[in-house]
Amino acid sequence: MDLSTDFFSLFALPRRFRLSLSELDSRYRDLQAQVHPDRFASASDAARRLSMQWATRANEAYLALKKPLARAKYLLELAGHDLQAENNTAMPADFLMEQMEWREAVMEARTGGDHHELTHLHHRLRADIEQRFAEVGELLDLQQDYSQATDRVRRLMFLEKLLSEIDDALASLEE
Amino acid sequence: MALFQIAEPGESAAPHEHKLAIGIDLGTTNSLVATVRSGMAVCLHDAQGRPLLPSVVRYHVDGQVDVGYEARKTQAVDPKNTIISVKRFMGRGKQDIAHVESMPYDFIEAPGMVKLKTHAGIKSPVEVSAEILKSLKARAEHALAGELLGAVITVPAYFDDAQRQATKDAARLAGLNVLRLLNEPTAAAIAYGLDNAAEGVYAVYDLGGGTFDISILKLTKGVFEVMATGGDSALGGDDFDHRIFCWVIEQAKLQPLSPEDARRLMMRCREAKEFLTNNPEAPISLRLGSDEMVDIKLDVQTFAEITRTLVSKTLQPVKKALRDAGLRADDIKGVVMVGGATRMPQIQKAVGDFFRQEPLTNLDPDKVVALGAATQANLLAGNKTGKDDWLLLDVIPLSLGLETMGGLTEKVIPRNSTIPTARAQEFTTYKDGQTAMAIHVVQGEREMIADCRSLARFELRGIPAMVAGAARIRVTFQVDADGLLSVTAREQTTGVEASINVKPSYGLSDDEIAGMLKDSMAHAKDDAMARALREAQVEGERMIEATEAALAEDAHLLSTAEIDKINTTIAKLRNSIAGDNRRLINLAMDDLGFETQTFAHRRMDQSIKKVLSGRKVNDIATGEDA
Repeated sequence: MDLSTDFFSLFALPRRFRLSLSELDSRYRDLQAQVHPDRFASASDAARRLSMQWATRANEAYLALKKPLARAKYLLELAGHDLQAENNTAMPADFLMEQMEWREAVMEARTGGDHHELTHLHHRLRADIEQRFAEVGELLDLQQDYSQATDRVRRLMFLEKLLSEIDDALASLEE
Repeated sequence: MALFQIAEPGESAAPHEHKLAIGIDLGTTNSLVATVRSGMAVCLHDAQGRPLLPSVVRYHVDGQVDVGYEARKTQAVDPKNTIISVKRFMGRGKQDIAHVESMPYDFIEAPGMVKLKTHAGIKSPVEVSAEILKSLKARAEHALAGELLGAVITVPAYFDDAQRQATKDAARLAGLNVLRLLNEPTAAAIAYGLDNAAEGVYAVYDLGGGTFDISILKLTKGVFEVMATGGDSALGGDDFDHRIFCWVIEQAKLQPLSPEDARRLMMRCREAKEFLTNNPEAPISLRLGSDEMVDIKLDVQTFAEITRTLVSKTLQPVKKALRDAGLRADDIKGVVMVGGATRMPQIQKAVGDFFRQEPLTNLDPDKVVALGAATQANLLAGNKTGKDDWLLLDVIPLSLGLETMGGLTEKVIPRNSTIPTARAQEFTTYKDGQTAMAIHVVQGEREMIADCRSLARFELRGIPAMVAGAARIRVTFQVDADGLLSVTAREQTTGVEASINVKPSYGLSDDEIAGMLKDSMAHAKDDAMARALREAQVEGERMIEATEAALAEDAHLLSTAEIDKINTTIAKLRNSIAGDNRRLINLAMDDLGFETQTFAHRRMDQSIKKVLSGRKVNDIATGEDA
């Protein structure tokens, strides 16, 4: 066991997209309970340094596995599919068209200060995203079709960005 | 309890020995020190039985220093040399300080942090704070009658790196071993949560003398997890005093005041503010140096009106923190009020209205932070009694970023990341044969570099000469459990460790600290050398104790030869401690540190494997009977 162990092994979890978040939470806490710097506040320099490295690693791992998009990206990375390297692949025209429509709707609602419409868009997009993650789960866990999964994850990156823009717009309306 | 015996210092060596550890709330207006006695956190009082120490320091011409009530009593007599609310200056330049024009001090611009010219020479806010800490340390040593293992010192959650570093420097200057810098609202949550066996999501609204924090925490069995934090490190009760002050000047049409009159009027304004907590109207009367009389009445409604913007200024960070945590006001199970300024009725009302519930005020808002700090200090010192155990997961309050082309910020570590945390970033050269590169680290949320706080400028040198874009320099940003940043860099293709030339934009260099220590020793009665020797001896003893505890626990991880080697090194250190050569002690400590490195690795490995093997160690679950 060293600091380069992959994040799933670090928490002794199966390398899968679909995982139990409560299990992840409790493994994360178990690990932090062991390695956190508060356990080594008056220990030797070496032990304190090690503790900081391990606790940092545990936080990094937790962050990478907690959110579905990060988890999917990490699984692809482990499978040798680099999302960045494949970034120059063009997205299909219909997806891009759909994106344009979404963006226009968000823009319109934002400039009009339409809180109700923004909330509606948020829920619609949220549902769409969830459905797509279910598909990603199938591709990764059951079919091991990484190139299809890479394509789906790249779309999800667009959608999540859009979702955070909607949330920002909602936040600025609430202020 | 197999789990925590792994942690050093192990209790197994001396299970009943109680280590002396304290918690210090270094406040803008008042400071406190607390400790855990017979399982109970208590504030330590001064000889007159008072728990508070006013955070006021007066420098006399002869070099004598008054701290606390004595200094506060005479503040209007000698305002230039009597420093109040020094916390507002920690890690701050003159341009960052609000109402600087109405302050009586002789400020001196210094790189990064402002300094003050006093009778006793030029003082950095770090030195002024160290005086307050020294006074609290003396109080604790007297009350506990023994050598302190260390202290947990609280800082506002919204303090940035410069302010945290300044606080740690002040503790070092006061001769305190800092076990941890702990965020004030988190400390309050510990005191509150453990007291009430609370579960669920809580908000801690902490309005102190000069700082405002909001933290959203999730409390589950034995885990305090900060979900988001926000605030304003230049907003507090002082600003309410200042509003009254301005109002009085306007109402009474006063001419510009002398520093003495200004300080006295400010004191009256503060008294009026406190009086209004329980009364509908407060008189403000004062005879000025010119013999002119100020006699005016302030009622609660007017007070609420003139401070309305300040109150709503605190609600902006509250909304932002809730958003960052992905929560709404209704998700909050309870709101804990911390800080003397939360006694103001308009604050209680605004917070109650916002969260649609009565805020919790059952713990003394002045003491709760110190009590929580003491509780955490006790845990960090290893004084565990079995059921008292918890895990604290805190966050970094402000994003860390780098300057990129065009004066823009690129975020490297986003705010509200759980600490400790690290992030590596790769850079390359843009010119053929380039061997150096400048990196500018900033902290803040804004897009433009100019709107963020400059933390440090690093120069990476010794990059091997290559064609443009060929060198790959990996820069790692590490934020530790105190929320403090450190940076390392390495050239990847050749493995050359690029040397880092740190030019901090703030804070003090090690040389400056050493200089201040020497200065303060020169005035102190105790011999500087003797104190340094004693500190080394204590440190050495601490190290032996920790190592022996580890050996008692985990000797099976070592070969006989390795154990012998460690024991020989311990004997050498013990010998040097018996002597009076500080350098020898330090050398022997370095040796022992080196000899036990592998051991530390193996022990860490062992404890991690225990978690992984699914052997459900009775860790946090022990909180069940808490």
